[in-house]
Amino acid sequence: MNQEEQVKLMGLWGSPFSKRVEMVLKLKGIPYEYIEEDVYGNKSPMLLKYNPIHKKVPVLIHNGRSIAESLVIVEYIEDTWKTSHKILPQDPYERAMARFWAKYVDDKVMLAVRKACWGPESEREKEVKEAYEGLKCLEKELGDKLFFGGDTIGFVDIAADFIGYWIGIFQEASGVTIMTAEEFPTLQRWSEDFVGNNFIKEVLPP
Amino acid sequence: MANEVILLDFWPSMFGMRTRIALREKGVEFEYREEDLRNKSPLLLQMNPIHKKIPVLIHNGKPVNESVIQVQYIDEVWSHKNPILPSDPYQRAQARFWADFIDKKLYEAQRKVWATKGEEQEAGKKDFIEILKTLESELGDKPYFGGDDFGYVDIALIGFYTWFPAYEKFANFSTESEVPKLIAWVRKCLQRESVAKSLPDPEKVTEFVSELRKKFVPE
Repeated sequence: MNQEEQVKLMGLWGSPFSKRVEMVLKLKGIPYEYIEEDVYGNKSPMLLKYNPIHKKVPVLIHNGRSIAESLVIVEYIEDTWKTSHKILPQDPYERAMARFWAKYVDDKVMLAVRKACWGPESEREKEVKEAYEGLKCLEKELGDKLFFGGDTIGFVDIAADFIGYWIGIFQEASGVTIMTAEEFPTLQRWSEDFVGNNFIKEVLPP
Repeated sequence: MANEVILLDFWPSMFGMRTRIALREKGVEFEYREEDLRNKSPLLLQMNPIHKKIPVLIHNGKPVNESVIQVQYIDEVWSHKNPILPSDPYQRAQARFWADFIDKKLYEAQRKVWATKGEEQEAGKKDFIEILKTLESELGDKPYFGGDDFGYVDIALIGFYTWFPAYEKFANFSTESEVPKLIAWVRKCLQRESVAKSLPDPEKVTEFVSELRKKFVPE
């Protein structure tokens, strides 16, 4: 089956969600057309057509059909382009664990870090504690592995792209410190390896 | 190899219902263990130390947490009958998208309907009905969300139905009038043995929610 048919990605240059999809497309060597969306300004008719429910990016358009929600898109790419760089493990239990940790990053850690950095002052201490604890869980889960996915970048690494790159920027911009190299040596090491990967480097914002 | 499956659950949980249905769809023998959420068992705390929540699926001693992840796991392990996710990647993506929509939107909205009052509840009710209408529109004229076959999105949504009488009671509206096609879909799902066996009596759920509501909305 010819999978060279049109792949388009509607994204936002600074968004970790958008970048997740780009990273996977690069890792798998899938050519695509990138369309920058002015999400905060003027949402294009194309975005409203292809993601009427959430009106957000990223949106992947493949053969004229759209898929939304970054991790749903990543699984779609994995299901469709089976031959190159596997993102998810083969074993059902390992897959369940990968999905669990990716969801944990999304639902708990990213949210807590955002709230800690940008939320109301009154909630700050509580959110920082939650973010810190969440990161500690991830630090423990990573353990001795090179990546969350083992020897190669996998589903959880992609989901945690925020930690690899954006958390430093957020901390600097907001003045709130949650993750330091001293407290999180394993995540720090992982960040450097993740961001240093050639495919990942290619898509990160300047 | 012996397959030992234990499900730690709480009877009114619409999330637990998903896993129960999935196991029954596949004909998997499992041991159901009721958890007292005010007094969580050592096994629950050991098997789900991160969230300490139900449902917890324990397969041959190894835990799988989060209902949507459990349903996918069950589908992948017991792949020989009644597929839950479609085989086509695009259809699978749509199924995952809608289950995610239910988790992100429906759960929060329904919570406002039974756990708040006044303006907050009115706003919650409005959101909740809007979301049900979106789901009804997605269902369209199809027998099930996935098409001809009962599947992932149906399993993700059907448990919420047992809470409908409670929402209707506390927020004063009728789901049947608002989303008749969705209610017709509910009735079709209830005819499936896996669903009928896995869902509690909505009247009992209403009693439970009434008690729970007292904690959030003192009369």
